[in-house]
Amino acid sequence: MSASELIRSSAAVMAAKLAAGEITSVELVQAHLDRIAEIDGGERGIHAFLHVNGEEALAVAADVDARRAAGEELHELAGVPIAIKDLIVTKGQPTTAASKILEGWMSPYDATVIKKIRAARMPMLGKTNLDEFAMGSSTEHSAYGLTRNPWDLDRIPGGSGGGSAAAVASFEAPLALGTDTGGSIRQPGSVTGTVGVKPTYGAVSRYGAIAMASSLDQIGPVSRTVLDSALLQEVIGGYDPQDSTSLTDPSTGLADAARVGNVAGMKIGVIKELHGEGFQAGVENRFNESLELLREAGAEIVEVSCPNFGYALGAYYLIMPSEASSNLAKFDGVRFGARTLPTEGPLTIERVMGATRAAGFGAEVKRRIILGTYALSAGYYDAYYGSAQRVRTLVQRDFEAAFEQVDVLISPTTPTTAFKLGEKLDDPLSMYLQDVATIPANLAGIPGLTLPGGLADEDGLPVGIQLLAPAREDARVYRVGAVLESLLEAKWGGPMLNQAPELATTAVAAEEAN
Amino acid sequence: MAAINRDDVAHLAQLAHIEMSDEELDRMATELAVIVDSVKSVSEAAGADVPATSHPIPLTNVMREDVVGHVLTVEEALSGAPDASDGRFKVPAILEES
Repeated sequence: MSASELIRSSAAVMAAKLAAGEITSVELVQAHLDRIAEIDGGERGIHAFLHVNGEEALAVAADVDARRAAGEELHELAGVPIAIKDLIVTKGQPTTAASKILEGWMSPYDATVIKKIRAARMPMLGKTNLDEFAMGSSTEHSAYGLTRNPWDLDRIPGGSGGGSAAAVASFEAPLALGTDTGGSIRQPGSVTGTVGVKPTYGAVSRYGAIAMASSLDQIGPVSRTVLDSALLQEVIGGYDPQDSTSLTDPSTGLADAARVGNVAGMKIGVIKELHGEGFQAGVENRFNESLELLREAGAEIVEVSCPNFGYALGAYYLIMPSEASSNLAKFDGVRFGARTLPTEGPLTIERVMGATRAAGFGAEVKRRIILGTYALSAGYYDAYYGSAQRVRTLVQRDFEAAFEQVDVLISPTTPTTAFKLGEKLDDPLSMYLQDVATIPANLAGIPGLTLPGGLADEDGLPVGIQLLAPAREDARVYRVGAVLESLLEAKWGGPMLNQAPELATTAVAAEEAN
Repeated sequence: MAAINRDDVAHLAQLAHIEMSDEELDRMATELAVIVDSVKSVSEAAGADVPATSHPIPLTNVMREDVVGHVLTVEEALSGAPDASDGRFKVPAILEES
């Protein structure tokens, strides 16, 4: 198998080849580093990575190869490389949250998920781009430049985890970590034709994920296949005493669920409020095709109504900025990150903070901090934050009622395919609408998975299908997701990413740019 | 619910410790007015009888053993600080000299 074929395999296939001794981890990591060097840099490069961790990745790979040669029993994914969203803190690599305020910052500790990845001996390829502090749906709000969608270099890769999704879609990495507060794993997955999962709130420790909205944030897997995400969630999930919202449920049975291979007799609910009006025609067509395939496979498709979802986006845009404004107060130019001195007047701590935050934060971060400060301020707290929390209860009740009738819910992941770079930058509200179908899961804490559902007729760009299950029933989205994936791939004659355009080498341009 | 204006934004920016130029205040006031208007339906959605949800999966009394866990060393804690001295964070003056 050539290097270019190898990097197109799934993580599960890579793991099997490593276990069988057909390839070494050093070869596998080097093939990915070569791919990154080839297509990530330059003016028209994908630019999924903010930092490439080649030396350490190769050292971990060499160690895995030596241990395997010595007959040591290793984790199933040992030696399979992974990319890390740069919102998750890592020792030995910078963590910036794509913000100027953390430029070059080196974390003195590892996030819990990073400790688990090290324990499984998975080489880390580097840190991926995102919207600053994960605030955005296009990765254009990164302080370090935009990331391009491998399907069309003039379009957004989604956000906030556009870097992780683009890295996986362009075969720079088989696996990546993302974080999802309102759709930051699933929306990029949808527009790049990849798989991403927001696990049940608390199923994966948030310790070491730089917090945006603590009651909504969740770390989860990014991959090209449903099984690969299941395997990765099993690595990173499980109880962590360092996250007091962590669930004690074991992180097992997910890959098994992905291997069940049938949906006969399952009831799948179509959420009436999350398709139709406001959704692109090509998205709607691919969605209906998936429903038909599931029906043919023996699932019962019924329509359910979640009448309060109409308020979910508004509630989210009160809760998220409120929590973000509080979480981001720690960036004050004292304990970590940049400090900017005011250009005139007295040098007091208060003025230094004001200047530091003015220079360190981008426009979207400032917008959300101000909005959150407003929603939490005296006289408005109950009307805004309090009301939003009550809506949260209503959204949960809608899900509870729906899951009394069905096993899983289904919807398009995003209302449209990938939009053009720059198109929504000056219109925050229209950017926010990208998350209309993904936000309810965060408000209710339930698991959500996106998988590729085909290409839209009008623009030939990826459409995502979202599956939702009750809290702690992550296995169900993997089970149904893997079945739908195999039905769709049988129809296409292979993975959807086979239809993505070849990417030109930008390596020369990258050297010139340096 | 009151609309958000430029003076409000200036006050909020001060509370949030973010210096803003006049131009930035103008732009932010316009954008926030649109956003606030779009979320106002939330306050009419749920009656007072609906309880608030703060966390999606409520857990209570999450405790740990009262022993020293893993903590950063002083050097580690100070390693990312913009300024430090004698094992402590160094900050500019707290009060303005009058």
